[in-house]
Amino acid sequence: MTTMTDPPRESFRLSMLLYDSRYRSMTIQIIVLMGFMLGAAWLINNAVQNLAEAGKTFSFRFMSEPSGYDINQRLIDYSSRSTHARAAVVGILNTLLVALMGCIAATVLGVILGILRLSKNWMVSRLAAVYVEAMRNVPVLLWIVLTMAIMVEFMPAPREFRGEEPEARMYLFDSVAITNRGVYIPEPKFANGLGDIPVAISLRSEGCESYLEGGELADSCGLFQISLDLWLIIAVLLAGIFTAKLNVKRANRIQAATGERPNTLWVNLAVIILPTLAVLWYLGFYLDKPELKGFNFRGGIHMRNSLIALWLALSLYTAAFIAEIVRAGILAIPKGQSEAAAALGLRQGKIMRLVILPQAWRVIFPPLISQFLNLTKNSSLAIAVGYMDVTGTLGGITLNQTGREMETVLLLMLVYLVISLSISSVMNAYNRRNALKER
Amino acid sequence: MKKSVFLGALTIAGLAATASVASTLDDVKARGKLNCGVSTGLVGFAAPDANGRWNGFDVAVCRAVAAAVLGDSDAVNFVPTTGKTRFTALASGEVDMLARNTTWTFTRDVDLKFEFVGVNYYDGQGFMVPKSLGVSSAKELDGATVCIQTGTTTELNLADYFRSNNMSYEPVPIETNAEAQQQFLAGACDTLTTDASGLAATRAAFENPDDFVVLPEIISKEPLGPLVRHGDNQWGDIVRWVLNGLISAEELGITSANVDELAKGTNNPEINRMLGTEGNLGEMLGLDKEWLIRAIKVAGNYGEIFEANIGEKTPLGLSRGLNAQWTEGGLIYSPPFR
Repeated sequence: MTTMTDPPRESFRLSMLLYDSRYRSMTIQIIVLMGFMLGAAWLINNAVQNLAEAGKTFSFRFMSEPSGYDINQRLIDYSSRSTHARAAVVGILNTLLVALMGCIAATVLGVILGILRLSKNWMVSRLAAVYVEAMRNVPVLLWIVLTMAIMVEFMPAPREFRGEEPEARMYLFDSVAITNRGVYIPEPKFANGLGDIPVAISLRSEGCESYLEGGELADSCGLFQISLDLWLIIAVLLAGIFTAKLNVKRANRIQAATGERPNTLWVNLAVIILPTLAVLWYLGFYLDKPELKGFNFRGGIHMRNSLIALWLALSLYTAAFIAEIVRAGILAIPKGQSEAAAALGLRQGKIMRLVILPQAWRVIFPPLISQFLNLTKNSSLAIAVGYMDVTGTLGGITLNQTGREMETVLLLMLVYLVISLSISSVMNAYNRRNALKER
Repeated sequence: MKKSVFLGALTIAGLAATASVASTLDDVKARGKLNCGVSTGLVGFAAPDANGRWNGFDVAVCRAVAAAVLGDSDAVNFVPTTGKTRFTALASGEVDMLARNTTWTFTRDVDLKFEFVGVNYYDGQGFMVPKSLGVSSAKELDGATVCIQTGTTTELNLADYFRSNNMSYEPVPIETNAEAQQQFLAGACDTLTTDASGLAATRAAFENPDDFVVLPEIISKEPLGPLVRHGDNQWGDIVRWVLNGLISAEELGITSANVDELAKGTNNPEINRMLGTEGNLGEMLGLDKEWLIRAIKVAGNYGEIFEANIGEKTPLGLSRGLNAQWTEGGLIYSPPFR
């Protein structure tokens, strides 16, 4: 029989916080944390004190007052009587618009360039290399300003389209006009459309009164309005695509059972396109062409040259980085893969499309996310060409007219933070789903 | 050791935070230079000449203040500011005063905590168009594309004007006057709008000024004047009375040519009080007796400054109009030196 003796109980002494390695790391961490919090508290206190000294209060009440200024590009209804908050929303939507357009264009262009850089054709790969080096080694602001200058200086003014023998002509059956104020393209419209429905109606707003009583819908009703026509078309299109997928499944089944695959292409095209065309015909679809009336072109969609300059420059610039990412991703796939594919008799194009890119995609995707984030944040350079993004409305004119630097800049940072975090969380979720599952 | 360094840094930072309370006059004297915010370049009002020396109607106010306070009209750092950066520059203490086509409004005075010390130019917003556009009135501008300098009162006036006249327009927001000029000349906008004086200055800098015309409508009141921060009344008084001194000098016939003569004493007690031969107005401001003599000597009185920079003999060719002395039917009026 052995007797168990408790190990001698050490009493806790204060010096152990410093000399006992079990506690030391914790002590250091707590001290660092306290120091950090003290620093932060001092900064905040300093700001509050200085604001008070300058006689300024910290308040967001100005956001609900009329902004008093107009914005040229607005995706939702807005006038100079709308609030500063609404001006900020208009700006946010403009930021998102250019970011989305930029991300799509940059990805398409970047993938093509990345593949071209690996081309065995000396000329092609050198040209792609020159493009990449030229674009990414010059600050994006300069590209934006340069594109804008080209638009303004070299494109014809609207008045040059006038007269019997105009100096400038429209393109594509007189439906597209490229001017130094932007590009006018035809706008899809519906002769007997279903109208719009307002979202987030506020009963207090004036615009909604007649609508709620069954009358006409004013533009100013609701937070924003959704086009029913668009939803109908999207629904029909999705239904068509779903049917086509069922058809493909059926073809797979038949192929598995009999070894012969029925032709799916024509059926699929028919179920996707025919119903959509029928809906378009029912809604009375037509294209509204821009026409020169008064000072400017009227009708159609006006893509302002600020939007085009920003969009082009951001996409061309980011595409150079994406091209490098794509090239690195493709090179990361072992050579054996393409050799094996070639041994199976696949052609170059098919090897790239079916074997290399699907695997490379997993390598490409994570750095691609950070390029999308960069592009979105770089869109704040819009102010250089007067594009009214959120930095231009909330962080520009609102800041200036109200003099609330602290509040507007904090809000602005919050907006970009939320946009960036949303993009990266969506992209990361997609990446997790597609990443190689290792067990 | 580390702790003491950290605490030391905190103390220094704390001291730095409280050090900015000293008066602007002491700061300027200690620095030996006046920091004066001006526009980024508007011919006639504030623009550097071929030798890089700043000249103009607004610049003259800066130089007069520097001469009164420091005794040297060249002891000025000119800080170019845009419509967007000007208020931040003044509020943060980057500049001591702003002499930059800035409109005196309620919110700027009260909410932004600035002190407008007076009006040196009574202006109003106008429109400039190319003659070839065939427009003779601002009422015909429905649907036009308008270049505006962003962050200015003109932006708000423009929105109000078109709204109240039930007209539509397409705003093209632009940061500086130079960019506005470039876009307007390239035809990216139909009309350029800003204060009428600014339009005249911009037009004067064009290659063919005669191809452009300023429309007759003036759609707003734009009293332009120098301003300082709220809270330092002594500094505000100095800038205010230098400006008033230049205005009174014109009214009383004191010019850069005869100021030395008049400073020996005259029969007019007000001139004597201004020029320091009687009373001690300069000391009340915290300056010496000759403060206004130096200020007037730089470029003369208000009328001389006007004629030399923006008057009818200059490319801008602005007439005195509202900016004539009150004795000649204008609005320029200084309180008495008493």
